[in-house]
Parts: sequence; structure tokens; C-alpha cells
Amino acid sequence: MANVKFTIDGKTIEAPAGTLVIEAARRAGIEIPAFCYYEGLALQAACRMCLVEVEKAPKLMTACTLPVAEGMVVHTDTPRVVHARKGMLEFLLLNHPLDCPVCDKGGECELQDMTFRYGAGESRFLENKQHVDEEQWSPVVFYDRPRCILCTRCVRICGEGMGVGALGIVNRGARAEIEPNKGDHLECDECGMCIDICPVGALTSGTYRYQTRPWEMNHVGTICTHCADGCKTTLGIRNNRIHRGNNRDHSRINGEFLCIKGRYAGDFTESPERLKTPMMRTVEGFEEVSWDVALQAVAARFSEVLARGGRFGIVGSNHTTNEENYYLQKLARAQIRTNNIDHHRTGDVVTLLDAVAGRESALASSADVYNSKAVLIAGTDLAMQHPFLSFQVRANFRHHQAHVYTVRRGPEREDRIARRVISVLPGGEIDGLERLRDDLMREPELVILAGGEIKGEDVRRLVAFGDSLGIPVKYVPLVDYSNSRGALDMGLTPELLPGYKASGEPGMTLPEMLAAPDLDVLWVVGANPLKNGRALAAEKAFVVVQDLFLTETARRADVILPAACAYEKSGTVTNVCGEVQRLKRAMMPVGFKTDLEIFGLIAREMKLDLGALGRWTPEAVWAEIRSQVPGYAVPPNELAAGMARTLPPPARTGVEPRPELIEPAGDTLFTSGTLGRYSNTLNAVMERTHGLYEG
Amino acid sequence: MLYNEPSPLEVKVLTRRFGLPNSASIDTYLANDGYQAFLKAAKMKPEEIINEVKASNLRGRGGAGFPTGMKWSFVPRTSDKPKYVVVNGDESEPGTCKDRLLIEFDPHQLIEGMLIAGLAVDAHRGYVYIRGEYRYLIDILDKAIEEAYERGWLGKNIQGTGFDFDAWTHTGAGAYECGEESAQLESLEGKRGVPRIRPPFPAVAGLYQSPTVLNNVESYCSVPVIIREGGEKFAALGTPKNGGTRLFCISGHVEKPGVYELPMGFNLLRMINEVAGGVRGGRKLKAVIPGGSSCPVLKAEECDLAMDFDSVAKAGSMLGSGGVIVMDETTCIVRAAMRIISFYAHESCGWCVPCREGTLWLKKIITRIHSGGGVPGDIPLIKDVCVSMLGRTFCPLGDAAAMPTQAFVTKFEDEFMAHIEGHGCPYEKTEAAV
Repeated sequence: MANVKFTIDGKTIEAPAGTLVIEAARRAGIEIPAFCYYEGLALQAACRMCLVEVEKAPKLMTACTLPVAEGMVVHTDTPRVVHARKGMLEFLLLNHPLDCPVCDKGGECELQDMTFRYGAGESRFLENKQHVDEEQWSPVVFYDRPRCILCTRCVRICGEGMGVGALGIVNRGARAEIEPNKGDHLECDECGMCIDICPVGALTSGTYRYQTRPWEMNHVGTICTHCADGCKTTLGIRNNRIHRGNNRDHSRINGEFLCIKGRYAGDFTESPERLKTPMMRTVEGFEEVSWDVALQAVAARFSEVLARGGRFGIVGSNHTTNEENYYLQKLARAQIRTNNIDHHRTGDVVTLLDAVAGRESALASSADVYNSKAVLIAGTDLAMQHPFLSFQVRANFRHHQAHVYTVRRGPEREDRIARRVISVLPGGEIDGLERLRDDLMREPELVILAGGEIKGEDVRRLVAFGDSLGIPVKYVPLVDYSNSRGALDMGLTPELLPGYKASGEPGMTLPEMLAAPDLDVLWVVGANPLKNGRALAAEKAFVVVQDLFLTETARRADVILPAACAYEKSGTVTNVCGEVQRLKRAMMPVGFKTDLEIFGLIAREMKLDLGALGRWTPEAVWAEIRSQVPGYAVPPNELAAGMARTLPPPARTGVEPRPELIEPAGDTLFTSGTLGRYSNTLNAVMERTHGLYEG
Repeated sequence: MLYNEPSPLEVKVLTRRFGLPNSASIDTYLANDGYQAFLKAAKMKPEEIINEVKASNLRGRGGAGFPTGMKWSFVPRTSDKPKYVVVNGDESEPGTCKDRLLIEFDPHQLIEGMLIAGLAVDAHRGYVYIRGEYRYLIDILDKAIEEAYERGWLGKNIQGTGFDFDAWTHTGAGAYECGEESAQLESLEGKRGVPRIRPPFPAVAGLYQSPTVLNNVESYCSVPVIIREGGEKFAALGTPKNGGTRLFCISGHVEKPGVYELPMGFNLLRMINEVAGGVRGGRKLKAVIPGGSSCPVLKAEECDLAMDFDSVAKAGSMLGSGGVIVMDETTCIVRAAMRIISFYAHESCGWCVPCREGTLWLKKIITRIHSGGGVPGDIPLIKDVCVSMLGRTFCPLGDAAAMPTQAFVTKFEDEFMAHIEGHGCPYEKTEAAV
């Protein structure tokens, strides 16, 4: 795109031909106010706030629809422009209620900001304001028509951005209003994109209403603890409580995107069923004990079993930090001298990394999903399980006209934008791919999002298929929980050490631990293997569970240690694209401890070699990970700036695929393993998720 | 049965078949030069057809007055997209009632105009968008279209010329804004009738983002005679740059309201006094709206005016759709302004802020003034609100609302002041509204 030179407010600047004046001005540091213009969504030119004076044009022109031209001269500060802005704001405020004192948006309201900057101080409106009552459209979404300025950002983000289209406009003129898809209520993703994109307080969140003012909260940017996409969420914290989550500053990998879990499902942290003190099993049931008592009990039994060479089984977690995972496996292997360590595996990352070993550019970043000219989705219900990646694919299609292909068992949201849709039966994904061969070979490049339903030998066939296309192919091996990738990267499996080096030692897998009748200790960290009626064969095993809630596994425990969640600790997590990001502690744990600290305290209580084990702080463990785990020597400045990409293993792992161990979580937008069961918001909004794809 | 007696001063070009028995039938049409222009045009090159229309100085009869030939020439010849002919039969401008007559009494003339437009831009599908309120006309036009198909004037290889053309009617659903060309295209596509961002214009990206000619009913109806008798002859009927005749809808306080076809440039006072029988009951003329409610009102002393686009524009108003609304001395101008702004407030599509909020605000202020609650600050306020709207809205409906309001308040400021100071309407003796 050739650059053109044009002048704005006396400044001469260059911009690529076709850039909108409003964008070029922004980059030159000149603010042109706008409500309806929103980068990435269709142009509207409806609010008329961005009117500017352009020499040789008879009327004021909207900067949001005007591309720059060579020699164009634009003025954003003439009396005519000032009068126009003041006039538009006056029009907006005519029927706008004086709700600021009770409106959630106060303090972050674009109408407030604009009025301060460009508006009149007094109203000239002597008539009665139009009024209709506020409506609640779902547990999450409230709509107040008097406050609405009909900028239609919500309609566009729901339709174009999310591909749901649950909002529309009805009626005409000043009686126009936004209407939900079911007339008086919404059936949608409940993602809250509409609420965050609303410039005023017309759309507000039912989970945050009337609780606090934005300036009374600490805003802490951390990584969402639900799915594996690794979106940043800025938690609004006041008095050690999460009031809301959003990504208003549009930073990090997810930009403006968050789903219901990232925004509203932080309420599990304050569920009344949250475990707050350690508990020990007695004849009558569970008894609350102090940490000292509990840790001593654990250490005593662990030391006794260790001394006599008994059998340990350690189940790690899908949502603990990399530091916790690394420390646990180190504690297990080096100090407890057991290789019986596993976790709930949700995707066959191991086989995929093995198949592409040594190739640095075989894995796609989350940005690649947005930029690649072609994207293939196979073996997953992307919009349900990876809402951010689904958003990236849709945005790629909208902005770049990317070619999308879906290979799937049932309807998917991406079918609507796909060039070709291949329906397959379970297990038929790879055969289904063959039908796309001709189309894919004509693409210049391809990103393949491969779901957990593709495992074992099928993964090898998938990579062979990719190789046979003769074009550059990048893969995303999809996993389900916030640090599922980190669990594998940090070696929470008997056959692999951190960094996908073969352990060379035999060890029990998770099913084997559950089936072993002679297991002496089962130590479960942040997992629920006894869910769905699974039994532990070893009736005499000493079971220790670290978790947030009294899960089925915890009910079997002898000692329960209450753990902190991701929002209550620091550390790093690795998302589905291998991007490692820092957690930032948003709240102080009260009563419970972080898993890392629990490991350290158990080790100390057992009088293990703490010098060799190392300090149990996230910083110390991270330093060790950086130096010891292949692929994790990421540049510190990149991680500090937000995100750093880990590298795939340089060599083959040499281990056999274990497809029978892969069990995708099958979550939807409204479920999230154990954490989701205790979120009031998620439980309140159970939608007919596949009803979202009908029609 | 015709709705008004013809006037001897009329120059009946488009309306010449109106008085014939069964004027709408294809037999009547064929017996009176019907479809001859199409046969002639089928032998002409597209550029020749467009040049003939350009030579006629035909300007859009819907209101904007844009030269029709020039509009057609904007359709790209080399686009591989299908092209469309769309007829704007939305006729919702208050004061306008001419297109309904053209459809009722000479529908085949419209069909022939569409065919010729199709030849000119290589379009083979035509849609006639008729406002939903004209239910009976849709039936009449559907019948005419059926007749045309039966007799081989629509469909494939029309009369052996090798030209295919299909035509359909489409019903509006009661929105004035759907008379705006891009909003009409949205409505045709089944979407909300809100206008589009332009550029691109319909000639390049119109119906289904394909090149489209979109003209008013009367504009298409003018085309057959232009082709049959030549553009220059049509042009000569009018004034320079304002060719031909047009249908004027004279309504209001006249003895003989009705639709009269007169040459462009006909004098407005003559129109009122000689064609329409003069102001009713011999009363004094007070004001005239020359071209539909969107046009700034003219005071009686401003009415000695040639009624063509350029002359009326020079006088500070517009020829518009030819809806001449005559008001005598018994008229309360404030009530007239109130009625008109209420129309725009009701019809505003709501897309853009200044029109949506501004029209409603103006309606409320003027209503308050008329019922006696006005304050002196209202007059500068109305003027300022109009300035905030003019030229700043997404489509011309905002201008169509603000311009007449501005004209009323400026030219008849004394009447507004009388309402404010008298706390009510001197014409209707309304009680003071405190």
C-alpha cells in the first residue's frame, strides 16, 4: 500500500492509502471522538461525533468513513467542528437520563468523558424525556433503553464478532431500541462482549450491578483460569473479592475478547463451599484441623511409606502453575523417588510434538490463527471449548477473508463462515481430511486446530497429511484446561520428564494408580479422578487431596488441604498455543495456601533435602525452569511485556502414544471442570448450547 | 375515473392516455404508440440511449433532480455483476400524489421505461418498489406485468429483439425513509430500511452490491417519449437544463386541487390562479410549499417564480417532487410547521443521532409553542437545532426536516412570537398551556 501525505490540524503526516482519517489521526496523536466507530467492526457513521472539516468539501465529513488522500487537508478543531460536536452531544443527552449517580458506568463512561471534553455545561431541553423501563435479558445482561445511544456496537460485536447475532434493533426513530433474540430475553453465549463494548451504561452486568465504583477497585491483570486459551482478564478487586473481570484495555493476546468464564466466572472463588481449613478424616466424618496438624499427619505417613519402599501415586493438576507442576514432579522423582506421576490428559500434545519434533515453525501462535490465510478446524467444537480461538478465526475471516474449513461430528459455529464443511463420524476425522486435499493444496499456508478427539496414531496421520500438502502448515494441539499444556510441558506424566525428554523409567499412569490394589499413598493435587463414580481400588491407601472444593475425590481423602486458585497466586501458565504468560496475584489467600507452598511445607515436614529441592517460591522455580526445561528459555523481557512463546522439543521423544489416556473434557461455554460447578454465574445461565447453532 | 378535471393549460405528454377508456390495459397502450420506443431503443446502442436521455435534460422526478442520463452513465459497462433496474414507487413525500396516477392509469408506460433503462445499462431484472399503502396499485401493476408477459413484452427474447427482461413488484411496509435510494435497496434485500454509507453509490454497488439504476416512477415514465420523439424535443418543452414536462400535485387551499402535467418552468402564480382555479373562496395567498414538505416554504410575495429546479433553487427552495401545497390566510403556520416536523419525527429511521433526536426535539418544541407553552428562547433554539442538523445527518431526511422548519421559523417568526407572547394559537384560540 503506497503511502499518502495529508495534513491534519496543520501537521503533515503519512499513512498508507486507504487508511481512515480517524485512524490516521489517532496514530498522529489527534483524538477524533466517536461512539459508533469501533476498530474491527463494520463502519456505521451513525453517531456523527467524528465530523471534521475537510478543505474543498462542502459539508463536514465523518472521519470514520473517509480514507486519506494525497494532499487532503483536515481540520478537527475549527468552530464549525466544535459546534457540531457540542450539538451531537446535546442531542444524545436530550433523552439520556441523569443516572450517573446510580449507573454502573460512571467513571468509565464514554459519554461522560466526551461531554466533559466537548459538550455544553447546561441543558436547553425543556420537554419531558422519553422513558421505558429497564429490562433484564438474562442473569448476566441488563438493558436500560433510556441510557442507550443506539451506537449499535453491541449488535455488531454479537453478530460479526461473535457470530451469534443475538441482538438487533427494533422500532424506528427515537423509539428504536435494541432487542434480544428471544424478544424479552437472550439466549446466547452470555459472554458479556456487548456489556463491555457499550460506551454508556445501557448494557450492564447482572453480576456487578451496584456493587462498587471502578475507582474503588484494584485492577489486576492476570490470566483466566478456565479454558486453555490463556486470555488475559483484568480482575476488579475490592476487599479481597472479585467484583468483575474484563479486558477493557484490549491488551495481550486476546485484545477485546473474553467469554463468560473470563468475565464472570471468577465467582467460584467466593463460593460458600470453598474449603477454608484443612480437614482430616475421623470415624464420624471430616474434622477441621490446623495446618500444623494436617501437614504433620501427611508428612508422617509419607515418610513412613517412603522408608519402607511403598507405592506412591501422584496426580497433578491441569490448572496449577508451571512452577507448581515442575516442583511437584521434582519432589516426586528426586525426593520421594517415584515415577508414578500423571494428570488428566485432555489432548494428545505428546504425539503431535513428537511428530513435528525439531521443526521450530510447526506450531501456531494465537496470532497465527488470526493471520493465516487458511485455517482448518478438526475434531473439536471450537466455539464451545476455545472461544478465543474461535473469535480469532472469525476475525481472520472478516478482516482478511481467510479460508476456513471445518471437519466435525456435529454443527459448529464456524460452519457458517467455512468454505467447506466435512461431516464425519467419531474416529473419521483423518479420513474426512482427505476430502479437502485439493482445496488445501491450493492454499498458500494453513493452520490446523486439532482437537482432543484426534489422538494416538491419528495424530501421526494428521501430520503426515499436513506434510503431504506441500505448503507450510502450523498446528495447534488443543487441550482443555488453563494449564493442560503446562502440565505436559513440565513432565506430569510417568513417561516424560519436563521438556518432553523420555524419563526412561517405568511408572503408573492415572488409571493404573486407581486400579492398583496395593497403592499406599494417593496424592491428588487440583484434580478429581474419582469423578463420575470411578473407584479407587486400594481401600487402604492414604489419600491426600489439595483442592478448592469438596470434590468426589476429596470425599475419599484422609487429609484435605485447601488450596488457592490461580487468581490467588503468582506463577506462569502455558496456553494451548504454547504461549507462556504470568499470573498476577489478585487476592490474598485467606486460610488456604498455594499448592506450591503446600509442596514445600510437606517437604520440609518430611525433612527432605530442601537444598536440592530448592526454594518453593514462584520466582526461584521459574528461574530453574528457564535453565532446565528445553523450550522454556524464553526472553525475560518478552514475558515481562506479556507473553513469550515456548519452543517445541528439538528431538523426538521416543515414547509411544497413549491415546487411551486422552480424555477431552468436553466442556462448553458454561462448564469448566470443578471450578465451574461452583460458579453461580455459570450455573445460572445454562443455555441450550446447541440451540445456539440452529438455523 | 380520473381524480380531477384536466386543465386546458396542461401539456399532456406522460398523462396523455389517462382519459382513455381502459387506459391501463395493454391493448390501449399498444394502440397509442405503446412499446414503440422500446423497439426503437432495441436497435440503438446503449450509449446512444443514454445520450438521448442526457439530451432531454430529464432530471430526477423523485425530488433530488439529478440528471437522469448522467445517473445511468455511472453504471460501469465492464462489470461482470448482474445489473438491476429499480423503480422508486415509494411516493411518501407529503404533498405528492403523481406516481400513483401514472401506475393506476398508464402502467405499461412505466414498464416500457424500465425496459429501455435495461437496454441502456444491460440490466435484465427490474423491481418496482411500491409503498405498502398503495395496495390497490400493486394489484394493478401486477396485472399489467402479467399482460406484458402474456403478449411477449416481458420475458425472454422480447419481440425477437434478443433482449430478456423480467419485472416484479415489491411491497414496502410503511416507511418514508425507504424512499431514499440506498435505504430502498436495503429494504428490497429484506433488511431494515436504513441508508447505506456512500460512496459507493447504487450505480456501482446497488442491489446486492451490484450496479443498479434507481429512479422515480415519473422519471422512467418520461423515457419512452424521449426515445420515441428524441431527447431534444423533450428538452424543448421545458427550460434550459430543465427539460420536459412534469406532473405537479397542487393541493391545499385552491379551488381545483389536482395533478396537472405542465412544462418545466411554468410560473407558480399562474399555476395557482389559472390551473388550479385560484385560492379558495377568493382568500389571500399566504404561503406555498413548492415541491413537497421537505422544501422551504415560500411566502406569497416569493411565488412569482418559474417552477424548474434551478429557478426554485435560486429562490432558496426546491422543486422537489412537485407537491405544491397552497396555504391561505386562514392557515396557522405554526400548526403547519408542527404537522410537518411531526411527520419527520415519526419517519426518522433512527440511525443517526442528529435526525433521530433532533426531529423529536423540534416536534416537542413546536408543539409546546403551538399549545401555548412557548418561551422566547425557543426561537433561537429552534434555529440552532436546525443548524446542528443541517448537513450533518447520515442521509437527507435530516435536511428535509430541518430546512422547512428553519424556513417557517425564519420567514414567519412573527407568527411564532405571537404564539409565544399570546400563550396560544391566535387562529385556533387555544387555551394557554401553563
